[in-house]
Amino acid sequence: MHLTPEEVRHVAELAKLHLTDEEVAQYAGQLSAILDYAESLQAVDTSNVPPTPYILRLTNVMREDQPEPSLANEIALANAPDSVDGFFRVRAVFEE
Amino acid sequence: MTLTTKSKPEISQQTLNQYELVVGIEVHAQVLTRSKMFCRCATDYAGAPPNTRVCPVCLGMPGSLPVINRAAVEATMKSGLALNCTIAETAIFARKNYNYPDLPKGYQITQYEYPSCEHGYLDIDLEDGSTRRIRIRRTHLEEDTGRTVHVGQYTLVDLNRAGVPLMEIVTEADIHSPEEAYAYLTRLRTILRYLGVNSGDMEKGAMRCEPNISVRTLEQKARGEYGTKVEVKNLNSFRSVRMAIAYEMERQIALIESGGKVEQVNMGWDEQRQCTVLQRSKESAHDYRYFPEPDLPPLQVSRAWVEEIRAQLPELPIAKRDRYEQTWGLRRAEADILTSEKLVIDYFETAVAAYGTNDGKPQRLANWLTGEFFRLLYTDGDGQDLRQIADAKVRPTQLAALLQLVDDKVINPNTGKKVLEIMYATGDDPQQIVAREGLAMVSDTLVIDDAIAAIFAANAPDLARYRAGEEKLFGFFMGQVMKATKGKADPNAAKQRLQELLKG
Ligand SMILES: [Zn+2]
Repeated sequence: MHLTPEEVRHVAELAKLHLTDEEVAQYAGQLSAILDYAESLQAVDTSNVPPTPYILRLTNVMREDQPEPSLANEIALANAPDSVDGFFRVRAVFEE
Repeated sequence: MTLTTKSKPEISQQTLNQYELVVGIEVHAQVLTRSKMFCRCATDYAGAPPNTRVCPVCLGMPGSLPVINRAAVEATMKSGLALNCTIAETAIFARKNYNYPDLPKGYQITQYEYPSCEHGYLDIDLEDGSTRRIRIRRTHLEEDTGRTVHVGQYTLVDLNRAGVPLMEIVTEADIHSPEEAYAYLTRLRTILRYLGVNSGDMEKGAMRCEPNISVRTLEQKARGEYGTKVEVKNLNSFRSVRMAIAYEMERQIALIESGGKVEQVNMGWDEQRQCTVLQRSKESAHDYRYFPEPDLPPLQVSRAWVEEIRAQLPELPIAKRDRYEQTWGLRRAEADILTSEKLVIDYFETAVAAYGTNDGKPQRLANWLTGEFFRLLYTDGDGQDLRQIADAKVRPTQLAALLQLVDDKVINPNTGKKVLEIMYATGDDPQQIVAREGLAMVSDTLVIDDAIAAIFAANAPDLARYRAGEEKLFGFFMGQVMKATKGKADPNAAKQRLQELLKG
């Protein structure tokens, strides 16, 4: 499987990454190799296996609707590179 | 950048008749739980300082794990049942991937291939008396996003709302007029409020509507084809939904008529200018790469659990309305208004229980409630919001007592209105007010006769004209009697005595 430069650019755009043409070429090769490796799974016959969205034998893991204290604002923002007045602050984003 | 669509040209009715409007609506309704969907942060973020209802889970910290809130799942099942949906035996959460600061994880947890509820319907009544069935494609559960504020070159992010449970209710493309859309939304909101699963507050963002709108020619319809859909967002009232649909319908038809093509775009609604505005081109830029959420085991919904939830469903507003009509003889108009709001239903039913169901009493009560009482409510506090009835000083039993005083002819209906105003302001019992203000009706004919004699003496020329055949003066004398008795005369007794005494 070989990813085209357009496909790489599309994925980069979804991830909000800006790539140079050289990087696009480089990642096209690397990502294709990873996909090829993963593709080896296609060799397994799964015709008798039902779709498996979850691998553990667990269902209905739920909790009661009981609130508990949240983090203090200073702690919530502690790892943020930038903040102001209790808000996280990031560079302006607009929907394209 | 936003661009305004061209102002819409006039289209003849004949042209309009050659098209069919096709609308589907997505409603996002916040589920009224105390804690968030996948963590224990409180949902009472309204008015709270930013980022004070957040924890490692809803901040998307590495290593944190979501746990499903049972109340949100049950609220969704309840809504699904009320919307006549099939409740899925297996529901699975999935990740919807996209990068935007309102979603710190980089994905939204939602239900995709296996939603909780599918294949339902809601019957709506139109103004011409006809009924239409709007099919519900699905009702699923997901999490709300955070709030972003754009300030200059920065975007400020508050994640208090991120992770609040959100129900998405999606119709089939069964809506064919702006009025149907309006009727569907009002009924849906009544039901959700009545179930206690959503506040219905659009202005607070607790309920959001996104109609997708297209038109097709009758030939296209015959071939089973559809036109290109335009989605309208940022609608903050049902009224604007109705207007946006009407506007888009005419815009699209005019565009097609002039040889143009409708593009698949997202529009916003400009409330000020009353038109749709282009928001973003090409929805196809999105590629959400859904996959099952590996951190959440599936929901296995046993039929016993479904029946348990079904048993908790209250009598729904439509069933109530029909019952009011059929067993209490209420008119449709009043029955509709009374069942539009849960708190009003509760009030009305408590009052009926105190007042009685015989001799047309429920209709009389409905008249007073939707007439005088709502007039007082509307001019008070937040105006049009009938939910204020919960805070009214007049208790339902007091309203019933007031009507009983009118029935028993202790006071006449006009005095009753006065008493109700005093009750509304003070919360006092009607009996107390009538005694205190001396408002009891005078049906003692001696008192009435005295009043009439005095009026005759003071208005001798009028009396002579009446007796000479000018019968329209009766109203004048009647008015004088009511005035002389300060409105307390029993109108029937007064009328009868006046007729007799005028004959001379
Ligand atoms: Zn949290």
